[in-house]
Parts: sequence; C-alpha cells; structure tokens
Amino acid sequence: MNKRTIWIIVAIVVLLAIAAAVVIGTGVLRPRVALAKVAIVAPMTGDVSTFGLSTKNGAEMAFEEWNAKGGVNGAKIEWVVGDDRCDPQEARNAANKVIDQDGVKFIVGAVCSSASIPISDVANPKKVLQISPTSTNPQVTLDKDGKVKPYTFRACFIDPFQGTVGAQFALNTLGAKKAAVLKDVGNDYVKGLAEYFEAAFKAGGGEVVVSEAYTKDDTDFSAILAKVASAQPDVLYLPDYYNKVSLIAKQAKEKGINVPMVGGDGWDSPDLDLEAVDGGFFTNHYSPEDPRPAVQDFVKRYKEKYGDVPDALATLAYDAANMLLQAMSDAKVNDPSVVKDYLKKIKFEGVSGTITLDENNNPIKSAVILQVKDGKVSYKETVNP
Amino acid sequence: MKTSGKKGLGIIGRVVIALLALGYAYILLRGLIDNPVLFLQQVINGFQLGFVYALIALGYTMVYGIVRLINFAHGDVFMVGAFVSYFAVSYYGVTRLKVLEVFGSTLGPVVGTGLVILMAMAVCSAMAVTIERVAYKPLRNAPRISALITAIAVSFFLEYFASLDFVFTSNFIIYERPFDLIVWSPIPGVTISNIMVIIVVASILFLLFLQYIVHRTKMGKAMRACSYDKPTARLMGIDVDQVISFTFALGAALAGAGGVLYAIAYPQLIVFMGIMPGLKAFVAAVLGGIGNIPGAFVGSLIMGQAEVLSAGYISTTMRDAIAFTILIIVLIVKPTGLFGEPEGQKV
Repeated sequence: MNKRTIWIIVAIVVLLAIAAAVVIGTGVLRPRVALAKVAIVAPMTGDVSTFGLSTKNGAEMAFEEWNAKGGVNGAKIEWVVGDDRCDPQEARNAANKVIDQDGVKFIVGAVCSSASIPISDVANPKKVLQISPTSTNPQVTLDKDGKVKPYTFRACFIDPFQGTVGAQFALNTLGAKKAAVLKDVGNDYVKGLAEYFEAAFKAGGGEVVVSEAYTKDDTDFSAILAKVASAQPDVLYLPDYYNKVSLIAKQAKEKGINVPMVGGDGWDSPDLDLEAVDGGFFTNHYSPEDPRPAVQDFVKRYKEKYGDVPDALATLAYDAANMLLQAMSDAKVNDPSVVKDYLKKIKFEGVSGTITLDENNNPIKSAVILQVKDGKVSYKETVNP
Repeated sequence: MKTSGKKGLGIIGRVVIALLALGYAYILLRGLIDNPVLFLQQVINGFQLGFVYALIALGYTMVYGIVRLINFAHGDVFMVGAFVSYFAVSYYGVTRLKVLEVFGSTLGPVVGTGLVILMAMAVCSAMAVTIERVAYKPLRNAPRISALITAIAVSFFLEYFASLDFVFTSNFIIYERPFDLIVWSPIPGVTISNIMVIIVVASILFLLFLQYIVHRTKMGKAMRACSYDKPTARLMGIDVDQVISFTFALGAALAGAGGVLYAIAYPQLIVFMGIMPGLKAFVAAVLGGIGNIPGAFVGSLIMGQAEVLSAGYISTTMRDAIAFTILIIVLIVKPTGLFGEPEGQKV
C-alpha cells in the first residue's frame, strides 16, 4: 500500500470511532423505556460531604419505601448518585452525565444553591424535572429575568425568609443593635443570605457595623476578625457552611470575640465544631426534637436504618423525594412534562411540615431556630411565615 | 519606539511603581493614625503568618541553593506534617500519654506538643529523602525543566493520592489542638494567644538552629560549598549526594514543623492545604532572593505583613492579588530579589 491509502484508512477509522462515540455518548440509539429513573445529585465528596451523605440517605430511604410498595406507576424506581462537590462546574458535569449517559428524567438535588443553579440551567432545556431538597437561594427557581423555571422546584424555604428570620431573632430575642456579617463572595447561597440578613437587620432598626467578604480558600481570618473585634458588635452573623464556620468561629474566639454567633442552615452538620460556636444559634428547616408524630416516627426509622439522628439535609431529601414520587403518582405517568404540573399544585404533608408551593415553585414553610450550647444542638423556637 | 532596553525600567514604569508604593504607604499610614491599636493587632497577626511561611520558605530556598530545583512538592510535605500531627494527637493520643504526667500539667502539654512536632519532622524528612532519591536524583543531570515538571508531578501525586478514601479522603478534617488555647490582652484592643507566641518562639528557635547548622557545622560548610560549585566541592572530598539528601531532609523537617504550627493556628485540614501556603512561601523565598537563607526569612515576614495589612486595610477579597503584586513590583525593581545576587557567569 502506498502512503495515501494508509492515510485514507486511518481517516475512515477515526471517523467511525468518532461516530461510535457520539452515538454511545448521547444514547441516541438506546431504547427508551418509561422507567422511573432518578438521580440524586449531592456533594458526596468535597468541603461539605456530610450534606451529601445525609441527602443520599434521606432520598434513598424514600425510594426504597416506595419500591417496597410496588414502585411508582408500575415501575420500580432506579436511581444513580451524582457528585457535585458543591461546585458549579462539577454540578454541571454531574447533571450532564446523569441526564445524557444514565438517562434520568428526574433529579433530586442539589444541596448547595451554587450547584443547583447550574443544574437547573442544564435540566430545564432538556425537560428534566429537578427538585432541590435544600437549596435556599431564590435564583434556583427563578431565571435572570425573574421568570419561573418550569422544571425546577424545591422542598425548603428560601433565603429572603431565612435571612429575615435570622435578623429578627438577633434584633428581638438577642436584643442586638450592632451586627457584624462575614460572607464568602464566591458562593451564591452565602452572599444571598448575608444580603437578606443585612437588609432585614437594618429595616428592623439595627446597624451593620462590619460587612466583610472573604474567598473560599481563605484560612487566615485574623485580619478580618481584628476589624470585627475593633467594631464591638452585639452579634456575629456567619451564613456560611459548617466547615468554614468552624474555622472562623475558632479564630473569632481567639481574637476575644465572645458575642453570640448566628448562622443559617449551612451549619447543620455533625461535623460542625460545637465548641467553637458555643452560645450560637442557627436557622434551620426542622428539629429532631419536634414532638409531631410524623417527625418522631421518621427519626426513629432513620435511626434504625442508618444509626444516626437525621439532620435537616436528610429530612428534606426524604421530603423532596416523597414529593416527587407523590406528584409522579398523581400524574399517573413518569413523564416530567406532565409531572411538573402536578408538582406545582401539590399539597404535601412532609416530615419538615406541610408543603404547598407558591407561584415561584417555592414552598411556604416555617423555620426553626436551633441553639448550640455545651456541645449540644437544641431546639429554641419556631418562626412561621 | 525605543524600549528601555537592558536597564529594565523606563521612566513611566518607575513613576507608576513609585505612585503605587506611595498610595499603599498612605493607606497604611492613615490606618495607623486612625486606630493605632488595631494596626498593632494586624501587625502581630502578620507576624504569626509570616513566621509560618518562613519555615516553609527556608526549605524552598535551601533546596534551590544547592540543587537549583524549585521543589514544588514542598507545600505537600507541609501538608503531610500537619496530617502526621493530627494522627499523633487524635488517633494515638501522644499529648495525653501517661508518661507526660511526670512533667506536670503546664509543662506536660508543652512536652507533648514538642513530641508531636518532632514526629512530624521525622516523618517529613524521611518522606523528602525518599522523594529525592526516587524522583529527583535520576534527573540530576537532565535539563532543569525536566526536574521542575517532575516536582510538579510529585506534588500532584501526593495531593491526589492522599485524597483517596483509604488515605486521608478529600474532606475537611477538624484538627484537635494538642494544647488548650489561652488568650490574653496586654493592651485593650490587642489580643495575643498562646498559639501566636508558640509559633513565633518555635520559628525563631528553628531558624537559630538552622543558622547554627549552616554556619557552625561541617555539614553546613559542605552545604554552602555545594551551593557555590558542586563539581569543585566533589573534588574537595565532599559527598555531594549525602549533602543533597541532608538538605532535603532539613528543609522538609522545617516544613513539617511549619505544618504542625499552621494546623494549630488554623485547625482545619484538607489534603490540598499545602498549595496556597506553599505558593506564598515560594514567592516569599523568591522575594528575598532564592537561594539566600536570611532572604527567605525576611521575604516571608514581608509576605505575611503584606497579606494581613492588605486584607485589613484595602480589601479582604483582594489580599492575595495585592500581596503577589507587591512581589511582582519588587522583582521588577530588583530581579534577583532583596538579598539575591545575580548568578555570575562561570568562566
């Protein structure tokens, strides 16, 4: 053979390989079955891995319970788990993978708002229904023009409410007049929650004496905390996730800052450093001490299955999965474009409360305030919308 | 248009740099005048950071001085030191050993912490010597870029191997301090913690120890000889391989100690924790003149101050950008660093 023939053969082989990759990759030729294929997308590894584990546990418990009763619309629920590491890029990759390669039509996820937002951008055009258990930033269900994303829902309250609850608690119950707020500018959830808190705190007559930003990878907060100590606030608002909060709180105590610290649902983790945030409070979605039978029964079953008391992440994942399956069952078909309409008008009795959705696909729900004292997290009060 | 040529800096460049420097100095001066107590606190914070960076920077500078290699894996040696101390304190309870009760309740934790630091130093030295033998020695006579790429590869290998689930996992780990925190306020508004004191004292001790080794021992003399001229040192009867291994071990021991101290100050471990401090320490070493030991120390202190003062007075989110910009400007004005000498042409 001469050189030209060899090149032609090589070119043909390469083109065939590309074609094969495209076909397999996009699953164009795969037979379409009306299964109930769901994905759980959560931060299984990375900074907030306890969130991922709890979410997976809660959702899986719901799936297994439904499967024991025959599945949904006659099909057994099959699920895959995607890892978004609470990172926007990883979330996008995970969403693409579960939709294109695994062929899911429903996603329970993500946990972090910064991950849920890119997932909703991927899922909506592909008509894949997404319900986030715990993402609280309003931008998850609303696009940039303020219009509702038709395929995106959530099972938790949103940050404008959470920030206001935190601010009013600080003003009324703690009697704070001056607040210091520290936020991670790169994280939608933290930034949003901080902004809503500041707005509500100022509206309630308080003064935000320090409002400082830091970046995700910062470990040394001595400079910022020196400024905070110098301003002598009555309360320190740390709306970040438990890993950063543990670090900041520890350094705050070292700088002699002994005022109560208040935070958001990102604090809810067994890995929160309770000694560092001792004397603090945080807003959350549910408390395992809630005497309602639905809660106690769920706590008991979760403990039997997994050995731990469920945190809000697990509870909301359980509720979100059940909401989804309930809507699918009401719709009588496992087709997202039909299910979404049933989800929109659902009235769901969940462990975390009664859930109905407003016009932006956001639940109208109460918040609880939990207190950290002496190495324990205990229930303080409930705030209704 | 005629460029400024070999002199490096035209009139415009000089004016711009002078203006930036004046602006920065003005902002700091304003801060000092407005609230001198806060300024003092920030300076103290800067020293804490600077001394930890110094321990890491010394390793970079010593290795470069002798082998002309920028050991990018050095930051990860720092990380390993921190993790070793975590295992020593939390898993094996080294600081709670019965044998330490001999020393009493105040001296006991001190001795315990010292033990933990020594363990970290030992493990890191051993690791660094292994890395040197396995990865760098075979490339001793290869082009420098090959060794550089290998160093980067070793760095990634250490990080990602450690992030596997059966090793350290890629999650954050809360670090339990080997001793309790004590905070006191000598002047109202200025808070000092025993951690800060320990970091500064330990760093100074290590630095003095290093100075002693480099200037008062035979091995130190051999190290200095190798850094001037390796072939001639070999001709003089110095076992260059041994000197190089010793240098790596010494640098790694310091980085390991630095890792323990950093973990005590910022008690959260993750396998990627060595990247940023390693990078900043490297920058500090270059700032002071790479290959120059006092230079690395001074560079690190400057870096620590630049970072904390920029965070405190200019912008908390741009702290790194400003600190690195300072580096760039210093290098433009003095390309070999503050104390560095240009590598002369050898005839």
